Amino acid sequence: MAGPEANVTAGPDSDGRAPMQGGINLAEVVKESAIAAGIAGLLSLPLLGLHAANVGAQLLLRTRWELFFAAVAVVFVGRFVLALFRDRRKRPSHGPSAFDRTLHVIHERMLVIGIVALVAAVILPFTEWGGDRYIIYTATTFLIYVMLGWGLNIVVGLAGLLDLGYVAFYAVGAYCYALIATHFGWSFWVVLPLSGLFAAFFGVILGFPVLRLRGDYLAIVTLGFGEIVRVILINWYDVTNGPDGIIGIPRITFFGIEFRRGEGTFADLFGLDFSALHVMVFLYFVILVLAVITNLFTQRMRKLPTGRAWEALREDEIACRSLGINPTNVKLSAFALGAMFGGFAGSFFSVRAGFISPESFTFIESAIILAIVVLGGMGSQLGVVIAAAFVVVMPEVFRQFEQYRMLMFGGAMVLIMVWRPRGLLAFRSPTILMHPKDGKKTIVLKKEGA
Amino acid sequence: MLEVRGVHTFYGQIEALKGVDISVEEGEIVTLIGSNGAGKTTLLMTICGNPRASRGQVLFEGEDITQVPTHHLVERGIAQSPEGRRIFSRMTVMENLQMGALRTGAAHFDKDLDMVFDLFPRLKERRDQRGGTLSGGEQQMLAIARALMSRPRLLLLDEPSLGLAPMVVRQIFDVIREINRSEGMTVFLVEQNAFHALKLAHRAYVMVNGRITLAGTGAELLANPEIRAAYLEGGH
Ligand SMILES: Nc1ncnc2c1ncn2[C@@H]1O[C@H](COP(=O)(O)OP(=O)(O)OP(=O)(O)O)[C@@H](O)[C@H]1O
Ligand SMILES: [Mg+2]
Repeated sequence: MAGPEANVTAGPDSDGRAPMQGGINLAEVVKESAIAAGIAGLLSLPLLGLHAANVGAQLLLRTRWELFFAAVAVVFVGRFVLALFRDRRKRPSHGPSAFDRTLHVIHERMLVIGIVALVAAVILPFTEWGGDRYIIYTATTFLIYVMLGWGLNIVVGLAGLLDLGYVAFYAVGAYCYALIATHFGWSFWVVLPLSGLFAAFFGVILGFPVLRLRGDYLAIVTLGFGEIVRVILINWYDVTNGPDGIIGIPRITFFGIEFRRGEGTFADLFGLDFSALHVMVFLYFVILVLAVITNLFTQRMRKLPTGRAWEALREDEIACRSLGINPTNVKLSAFALGAMFGGFAGSFFSVRAGFISPESFTFIESAIILAIVVLGGMGSQLGVVIAAAFVVVMPEVFRQFEQYRMLMFGGAMVLIMVWRPRGLLAFRSPTILMHPKDGKKTIVLKKEGA
Repeated sequence: MLEVRGVHTFYGQIEALKGVDISVEEGEIVTLIGSNGAGKTTLLMTICGNPRASRGQVLFEGEDITQVPTHHLVERGIAQSPEGRRIFSRMTVMENLQMGALRTGAAHFDKDLDMVFDLFPRLKERRDQRGGTLSGGEQQMLAIARALMSRPRLLLLDEPSLGLAPMVVRQIFDVIREINRSEGMTVFLVEQNAFHALKLAHRAYVMVNGRITLAGTGAELLANPEIRAAYLEGGH
């Protein structure tokens, strides 16, 4: 960011940025924008300005100057606005911004917000929108990501272990159900806990070799682990059916009662007319319950010694040891429990889809889940919900823009990070507060915030 | 109570401790002084098994703890306030104290809390504040208080006066004297601030280049011309 304006008129805060005294240096800002636009021009000349077109058997070079100039102009204006905004921001702030104040209110009312959101989620299928299959389907997808976000939050947000291969546990859970159900015909309700346990076991397997690693190194190894699992799924043809995936995975049942037409089925027993929507709504509630369990579990853990130790370990390993915390156990438990929820979500994914293949478990999935955790503000439970809504719903909203929707999605993500570099709701609320007013010590366990 | 016998510690090829012998008796305050890089922190960390001594022995209450994992030492009654304080900066003062009580102090939490708040009234005022936003002196108080919450019998302190104003240094040293006197706590104190440390300590060791070069009572070392020249002149 340190553009050519640096140090030209730098005041006492010569940190390589434009000075804040004397308002905005217009000439510098224009110059900076022009340079940015020039670079954009160089880049977009071959990318946008020139265009190879097939005309019959011929390959012709076409020019698209409108597009080219539009790109340059956008960069110029964007850079200009950004520079103004940046300089303005450097003035001393007068108290917290409106957003921060709102955030504060949110944190104070976390329990209420949580309950309202939960009630809204429960009644959604019974409202007008509940009849819309697309809405129920998207809401279910959204809840899968919320659950994955909360699961990964244990590892990344609380324990501070950067895991880029979280999708591996999701895949383990998914294949666990798919394989057991297709081969042995076990019900989803039996396999669900198994797949969680199995994924947790994989979490420990990953945990052992990376015990000594932190930060970048840990990220690389976990990234590799995620890829290894995917490559095994592709190549172990006898078991996983390779890239073709597994089809015909048995559908979910209402605790043994099937969702079909005919006698003894769900619709029959409950005296309803058969509708394909029933199973979708049921799936929606299953993932809602699973996600809520994940949330409550995490909140509970934060107040227990193990959860405390996760957070402490994130901050200082040496201090932890001197206080009697065994870093090995703490890290393994974070990996195992995070993985377990990934496994639950995975087996849900496969029972919903009825078909899985390694393609569903690529690195981009890990990246999206991590983005949810980071965008939400590490460790923030509500932040995960908002970020998941953003990540799942945004691309759907922009669906009509077709090929540009990922671009808009990416752009929006960049903007959020510029605006709130530490995540939307970056705020760790203490798990314990004392009331200083009354003389006696009453330890008030505070509802976990965000 | 604590005995270090002929301990050698290596960082790769570098021999940081070259055969160190010290002992700390129950109820004593013993200080270790020495210039930068002498190996003081290394000795404290070696007592805690991180890094481990490559030769020699560390005995605590007669038992060999040389190979005991670091995180088991709290249960045996050793607490450390490590160099650089290392408090949990995103956690509140209360939560930091809770972490201290996690393994061994949970049953007496309220009582111990009263005790450390009596010792450090400042912490009481700031109990809901995040550790990272405390001042340096308050952070040091918190580090000591956190170590005390585990109800140790031996307290290891690494440069508690580092970077603190003289007033605060005096305050902290008063507290060390106080817990030694009233609780009978044994303290092994590593210090740069030789004047205060020697005045406080019953006995003292001087470390140079990974070796103990001098030992004696605090008063003896304070009077020693060599010590005066090396560690006391120009300051205080
Ligand atoms: N992790 C490490 N790796 C390699 N060398 C180390 C390591 N830690 C310490 N040393 C070296 O060991 C020697 C002793 O260091 P130590 O930290 O014990 O000194 P100290 O007496 O505590 O000094 P100070 O008063 O400055 O804290 C120094 O030469 C130091 O460079
Ligand atoms: Mg040191």
